[in-house]
Amino acid sequence: MNQKLSIAPEVFTYMEKVTGADGVEVIVNLPKEKIEKINDICHSFDNDPRELINVLHETQHTFGYLPAEVQDVIAHNLTLPVAHVYGVVTFYSFFTMIPKGEHPISVCTGTACYVRGAEKVLDEFRKELDIKVGETTPDGRFSINCLRCVGACGLAPVVLVGEKVYGRVSPDGVKSILEEYKK
Amino acid sequence: MITLTIDKKKVEVEKGTTILKAARKVGIEIPTLCHFELCDMGIENKPGGCRICVVEVEGRRNLAPSCMTQAEEGMVIKTHNIRVLNARTTVLKLIISDHPFDCLVCAKSGQCELQHLATQFGIRSLPYEGEQSHYRKDTSPSIIRDVDKCIMCRRCEMMCNEVQTVGALSAVNRGFMSVVAPAFEMNLEDSPCTYCGQCVSVCPTGALTEVDHTNDIIRALTDPTKTVVVQTAPAVRAALGEEFGLEPGTLVTGKMVAALRELGFDYVFDTDFSADLTIMEEGTELLQRIRGHLAGDPDVRLPILTSCCPGWVNFFEHNFPDLLDVPSTAKSPQQMFGAIAKSYFADKIGVKRKEMIVVSIMPCLAKKYECQRDEFKVDGNPDVDFSISTRELAAFIKKANIDFLNLPEEDFDDPLGESTGAGVIFGNTGGVIEAACRTAYELHTGKKLERVAFTELRGMEGIRSATVDFDGLPLNIGIAHGLGNARKLLDDVRSGQSVYHAIEIMACPGGCIGGGGQPYHHGNSEILSRRAAAIYSEDERKSIRKSHENPSIIRLYEEYLGEPGSHKAHSLLHTEYFPKTNGVTVHLQS
Amino acid sequence: MSQYKMHVLVCAGTGCHSSESNLVYEMLRDEVERKGLGREVQIISTGCFGFCEKGPIVKILPDNTFYTQVKPSDAREIVDEHVIKGRSVHRLLYTDPETMEHVLDSKHMGFYKKQLRIALRNCGTIDPENIDESIARNAYQALGRVLTEYSPQDTIEIIKRSGLRGRGGAGFPTGLKWEIAGRNEADQKYVVCNADEGDPGAFMDRSILEGDPHSVLEAMAICGYCIGATKGLVYIRAEYPLAIRRLKTAIAQARDYGLLGENILGTSFSFDVSMKYGAGAFVCGEETALIHSMEGKRGEPSNKPPFPAQSGYLGKPTNVNNVETLANVPVIILKGADWFSAIGTEKSKGTKVFALAGKINNVGLIEVPMGITLREIIYEIGGGIKNGKKFKAVQTGGPSGGCLTEEHLDTPIDYESLTAAGSMMGSGGMIVLDEDDCMVSVAKFFLGFTVEESCGKCAPCRIGNKRLHETLTKITEGKGTQEDIEKLRNLGSVIKDTSLCGLGQTSPNPVLSTLDNFMDEYLEHVHEKKCRSGQCRSLLYYVISADDCIGCMACKRVCPTHAISGEKKEVHVINQEICIKCGACMEKCQFDAISLLNDYPRVAVAINN
Repeated sequence: MNQKLSIAPEVFTYMEKVTGADGVEVIVNLPKEKIEKINDICHSFDNDPRELINVLHETQHTFGYLPAEVQDVIAHNLTLPVAHVYGVVTFYSFFTMIPKGEHPISVCTGTACYVRGAEKVLDEFRKELDIKVGETTPDGRFSINCLRCVGACGLAPVVLVGEKVYGRVSPDGVKSILEEYKK
Repeated sequence: MITLTIDKKKVEVEKGTTILKAARKVGIEIPTLCHFELCDMGIENKPGGCRICVVEVEGRRNLAPSCMTQAEEGMVIKTHNIRVLNARTTVLKLIISDHPFDCLVCAKSGQCELQHLATQFGIRSLPYEGEQSHYRKDTSPSIIRDVDKCIMCRRCEMMCNEVQTVGALSAVNRGFMSVVAPAFEMNLEDSPCTYCGQCVSVCPTGALTEVDHTNDIIRALTDPTKTVVVQTAPAVRAALGEEFGLEPGTLVTGKMVAALRELGFDYVFDTDFSADLTIMEEGTELLQRIRGHLAGDPDVRLPILTSCCPGWVNFFEHNFPDLLDVPSTAKSPQQMFGAIAKSYFADKIGVKRKEMIVVSIMPCLAKKYECQRDEFKVDGNPDVDFSISTRELAAFIKKANIDFLNLPEEDFDDPLGESTGAGVIFGNTGGVIEAACRTAYELHTGKKLERVAFTELRGMEGIRSATVDFDGLPLNIGIAHGLGNARKLLDDVRSGQSVYHAIEIMACPGGCIGGGGQPYHHGNSEILSRRAAAIYSEDERKSIRKSHENPSIIRLYEEYLGEPGSHKAHSLLHTEYFPKTNGVTVHLQS
Repeated sequence: MSQYKMHVLVCAGTGCHSSESNLVYEMLRDEVERKGLGREVQIISTGCFGFCEKGPIVKILPDNTFYTQVKPSDAREIVDEHVIKGRSVHRLLYTDPETMEHVLDSKHMGFYKKQLRIALRNCGTIDPENIDESIARNAYQALGRVLTEYSPQDTIEIIKRSGLRGRGGAGFPTGLKWEIAGRNEADQKYVVCNADEGDPGAFMDRSILEGDPHSVLEAMAICGYCIGATKGLVYIRAEYPLAIRRLKTAIAQARDYGLLGENILGTSFSFDVSMKYGAGAFVCGEETALIHSMEGKRGEPSNKPPFPAQSGYLGKPTNVNNVETLANVPVIILKGADWFSAIGTEKSKGTKVFALAGKINNVGLIEVPMGITLREIIYEIGGGIKNGKKFKAVQTGGPSGGCLTEEHLDTPIDYESLTAAGSMMGSGGMIVLDEDDCMVSVAKFFLGFTVEESCGKCAPCRIGNKRLHETLTKITEGKGTQEDIEKLRNLGSVIKDTSLCGLGQTSPNPVLSTLDNFMDEYLEHVHEKKCRSGQCRSLLYYVISADDCIGCMACKRVCPTHAISGEKKEVHVINQEICIKCGACMEKCQFDAISLLNDYPRVAVAINN
């Protein structure tokens, strides 16, 4: 939950200009292409602050995650306080400020999967990868997340790696799933 | 009209009245926590989050929050049966279970609404132990955020966003970890916070408090090498008495001066003096700009905006960096005082700048930040060393066991203690522009002003406007208090639609009398109007009510500054503004 | 569909899709093409059949042959044998678990016999990405009839008389809801379809959107006509990519056909639908929270009144219905209020879709008439408890619901009876638990969910549920006291009584209902430090059998907390007070002398002491 960031303007790599919908110009630590991409997304929703969640979806879909600078550019485009944007990002579990792993692992912890042993499967992934839920391995290869019911309860417990679904996963099967991606 | 029964008492109220208010009508005070209201200003916070004010409504499955539930015809309500009391007590115990137990050393102790409730409910045990939420403590130049003490009443969020439109604070995270914080949980200092302090003035607990400089002042007072000079802002005298049990609106100017002498200040001066000085400079600038405008000078920008309020200055530096040339360049009275005290007055008494400590007593928290700004320092030495709030002064007087109520009435020292009625009304919304009009009128027309009180500029409405007749020259005046109202006027200026020649802006609702450093009003807007009335009565009592007639001011110009707007006046009494950063992005220098 | 002689329906619901049903579809299609049968045999990718346990499902019409667990490699055999030669592929047929015989016609499968599919009527029979198939099954006929023959009030009357109630949770009468929204005058009103199905273990809304999106769009338009709205919004979970895609396709096709947009079917009524995405917040299923989320804010609920019907999306009158509720509407219009109200119980009319899961043979999505008993659902449709275990409880209503026991098995289920039994209908999750499930842990699981999903706005839910969860954790760790049990009860009832929204007002149900029905298990955890089902790790005890231990010291050396005592060639003993249940000893022992018990080994302790 606590996605704290240390913000140190002195480590700015990029110094690009952004003009908000209110006409105020700011400099942001993001490459020009990224800013333009965000601007495009915001414009495609008419810079409407009520479309914030759709804008965040689209942006996360594009960049994989929503770092502070990206949220700030969105805030400027939609003329919203950036605190509001951050308040929304941290409210919804779908949004993340941490880049996911190359192979994001999602363990379904819906009720059906829970009663069929999802917790033990999750424990095994945590143990094997030595990370907590919501974290990414240091090499950026894997990340673990929980999700609630993918609707494949017949296959419980269910694990997703990227978009691929693994059904009836047992703790013993965790290693072999990981092996597939370790090559 | 609707008739309902509350605790067996019949009550008749208008449609739309909440149960909470209906109950008050028959003398039943239902406890509340998150609910907050400043009726006369249209400010209300009722997220329905704390659930302390729940009551039983006959026929309803669940208890109802009385602050949000509207009275209906024939309702039968119980506000204190066992079910209600158990629910309230349990909820309160839950809230306390996620709250630190450091009441003894908490800055809010004695003023904390959660503490009051715990006392009222007679909480003697805490059965619901468990994890407590912990966050980083954040200290800015003006405000300390200790959000371990946040109870998610959302008052600060409402103030910061809806009233002030500053947008520094928002509820962040979800569930147990949710808390009110700046974006990315960055420091307040890096956020667009203006330090207006309105969040502090409404926080029910110790989650938001001011940075306390009392100890720095004690150190200075005990240092024999230092000459310690104090100035007191106009709004302080109208509110300080409340801390000592006096009726709101009691003026305690004389006792305050006596108390400050008792505390050991070498010179007790008045910010009202430098308020008069501000009028000389700002009024002159106003006239210059208007005359230039009338003469058709295309470089003259109108309207001119007042610049006395440091919260307001921070606000436009953050939000209107493209309009930095619009406000008057005149420093605030606090800073003018510091600049004059450490030059003119220091020379007069033969004290070196470094040996003089200037302290200000302010109704304001943004003043703490303001006096630390680099442009108000000479070789690193600030014009004003420390600024403390009305509340801090009260605590200081109590700490020094001074019997405030029985102090004699004393007068300010000369020469920086002499002031006019115009300086006093700086504490009220509309006061600065009224003071400016008194002087500008006479300077412009060369005639004597018959009617000193411009009552058309007074009032509590958020945005007011009036046209003042300068002997045939109609001057359109706009007034806004509360930054949200200010933003509306500024948006008009930005879009070129503003119809005003001059605009006065104060960041806090009511002006300085409702400042973030004033005694807590706990949502009683009556207190604010009484303070305002006290300020106006002080003005009426003054024999001199126009700044340019202040003998000490006249002497200051004669002896030291020359003319208003002179080169010397400019270097000491005027400033410039800078676009502000917010930690993630940097505003472009224009 | 008429030009084809045979239709092969391949389930493309998420369950089957996860088991590569898309490949089955492709292989079948290729095989049919290769054999030159493309004009006679149509391969259709459909929505969910409901029988997810045995997916991927392939059904062949007209003879109703029902193949289960079909692999891509089975495609050739199905085409060669069934399509060409007319012979069933027996090994793929569903086997009746009782008679152990293959069932040739799916009508005779226990799973379907007791079901009545109204909301799911088209799921598994049409290609949801082809509007023509929907229209062939009467889609938009109800809309046409309403627009040309009925006034908005007439239509509302039909819905009111049908007795349809909201399927999302609380069961508010749908017709009445429409009437209230209709009465409030405004320049703009909105129809919102709540597709933010967040109940962990319920997926009916997704199946409907994936299998029959037009029924929902049609119902939204009908609702728009009734309340005077021209704009519809579907608030859908971003985690449902397939449903989103199908809905988008359906909206585009409906617009092409003039069934959405300006002047629908040549009338003066205009209505269009757009999409808003949820982002992973269960509380957004609550309608005020949903509306705030659609407005780009944190999905925090607000006090009611004002109800959305008075002031909803952008402050305008808004009618919010969930997917399943809407899916019932067109059929009610076409078949009449009386037809619908003849189904079900006195106060709960029609059918309800349940997501049947847990320790049951036939996991899947079922639709049954209100008033059916749990016994019929579990034993006849669900095929009984998995692995012949003993039934213990059924949890309905997801995190807002409660656990029902043996004694409730024969109660006819509807909104009222479930609430009376301490549970609720909720969105229709139905999790069957067997003797291996620990009821304290189940309550803890749901509370864990609530704690994670609480928005944090009101104190009882934000802090109270956290404290409930902590107390339950304490009990499952064997540290609970009698006082904790009392605390759970008081806290639970206060949270219910004081919380701001439906989430908090129901979140203690899993605790309160297990306290009511399984107090003995709580007492065992607290007083005997025993978890009868062996689920609570802290209440398991590693014990060394005196008969099998040879005293090799291997376990003693590996124990990280030095809990094992005993000299060489002596029987070793584990000190239960020190043991952290890591299992290292059991792994190390080569003589199977260490076993795991769920009863506190008093004898062993006695020896120790």
